[in-house]
Amino acid sequence: MSSSLEDRLLEATVKLIEAAAVWLPSDVEEALRRAYEVEDNPVTRSFLKAMIDNVEIARAKRLPICQDTGVVMFYVRVGDRFPYIGLLPSILRRATVEATRRIPLRPNTIDVFTGRNPGDNTGRYMPWIEWELVEGVDYAEVTVLLKGGGSEVVARARNLTPAEGLKGVMKYVIEAVYEAGPQPCPPVIVSVGIGANVAIAMKLAAKGLIRPVGARHEDPEVAKFEETLLQAINSIGYGAHGMGGRVTALDVHVDYAPRHPATLSVAVAMNCWAARRATMRIYADGGIEYTTHPHLNKEVV
Amino acid sequence: MAEYKLRTPLSEDVIRELNVGDVVYLTGVVVTMRDTGHKRAVELLSKGERLPVDMRGLALYHAGPVVRRVGDRWEVVVIGPTTSTRMEVYEYDIIEKTGVRMVIGKGGMGPRTAEACKRFGAVYTVYPGGAAALQAEQVRRVLDVHWLDLGVPDAMWVLEVENLGPLTVVIDSKGRNLYEEMYRMARRRIDEEIYPALGIR
Ligand code: SF4
Repeated sequence: MSSSLEDRLLEATVKLIEAAAVWLPSDVEEALRRAYEVEDNPVTRSFLKAMIDNVEIARAKRLPICQDTGVVMFYVRVGDRFPYIGLLPSILRRATVEATRRIPLRPNTIDVFTGRNPGDNTGRYMPWIEWELVEGVDYAEVTVLLKGGGSEVVARARNLTPAEGLKGVMKYVIEAVYEAGPQPCPPVIVSVGIGANVAIAMKLAAKGLIRPVGARHEDPEVAKFEETLLQAINSIGYGAHGMGGRVTALDVHVDYAPRHPATLSVAVAMNCWAARRATMRIYADGGIEYTTHPHLNKEVV
Repeated sequence: MAEYKLRTPLSEDVIRELNVGDVVYLTGVVVTMRDTGHKRAVELLSKGERLPVDMRGLALYHAGPVVRRVGDRWEVVVIGPTTSTRMEVYEYDIIEKTGVRMVIGKGGMGPRTAEACKRFGAVYTVYPGGAAALQAEQVRRVLDVHWLDLGVPDAMWVLEVENLGPLTVVIDSKGRNLYEEMYRMARRRIDEEIYPALGIR
């Protein structure tokens, strides 16, 4: 493989991480602006105003939106005919190191056993990479998610009894949001996974956090479930940072896999309003296309 | 709800006037400490030793900034609040022994902190978490730094700020806790309105 291709992919990935850190995706920003429109509590509005101002300043000055730049997670959907798959693991890791230095990102990976922080956001299994194989295509789609700590302390999973059913799932999700209160920096994105065991459920819940705000599940039944939950959560009344208001969640995403006859596992993951993600495609000819941050396509990579 | 522009040193009288829900913009000196800083501070204070900074009348901020070294100065790149509950076990002692008048964080604090606010005349306020680039503009300069051995985020940063805010008073010195009231309201809505409408329970 020519080193120039490798260099280009590395540079493109550093840019992707930078875009995520400093430029909130438009679907999230628009949802925040809508929240500002619908709230009438003056304190809540002043908080939302500060958040929107912050988004603009971060973008203009290329500064991280939040000081907790999270842990670096990659979701890669890779075509079975994508020619550069062997390059990706090392590129994603090196890009994380370089982005940490350049943006800068806060070094957030602390070894559990030694307490050591290598200072570059890498470590055992880090950056985290989730692979998904897509049949019949020759490109790869790389999404980076910078997942902050505040919205992580409120994640949870449990095995319900099948008798508790979807009502039980709803209750579990609503209680999770209730107990989370202002900790995950609402308005949040709530993502729910349902399946045969907590591993499947949490995997689906975690992945739902990279779905854009406003994108409904393709199954109308599930989409309706999402809307019902969103309405219920927004009736709780927390509003931005618990200042009181109508928008506690920007969106609710649900995905599911079949349950086991004996189990109904549910997992809830949340992301804060600073839902920082960015996606790019790498084509078989080496071309790059940024899909969440199309302005980057104009800059020469 | 009232809006205040306050300046450090904060007097007990001014702080005792504040009510939950009030919004404050603060000018003056704030000192950062996260959990490891709190732990060290409490250890020193319990041995009768002094902290590197006299915090009487100042604001204590639960934050770890991203900083940059420019020549022989430090510059704050971005800064924002961290979750305050981790500091709950230390805060009563800190408020009592340092004379700090305002604690800034996010996510809320518990009854021990509320007790200290009432007894010694202090408030707990929150800053919108995540608004770190905006806040960096409200930091005029880094006055000093101590305890860098704890690492950059956990060190004690002494910052000069201008109109730091919006800061909402969540715990006042009169015994009210806005977030506790909010949790109670939410519980009522869930049990009396949301669950019945969804046919849950
Ligand atoms: S929860 Fe999100 S917005 Fe809030 S401090 Fe953490 S990373 Fe930042």
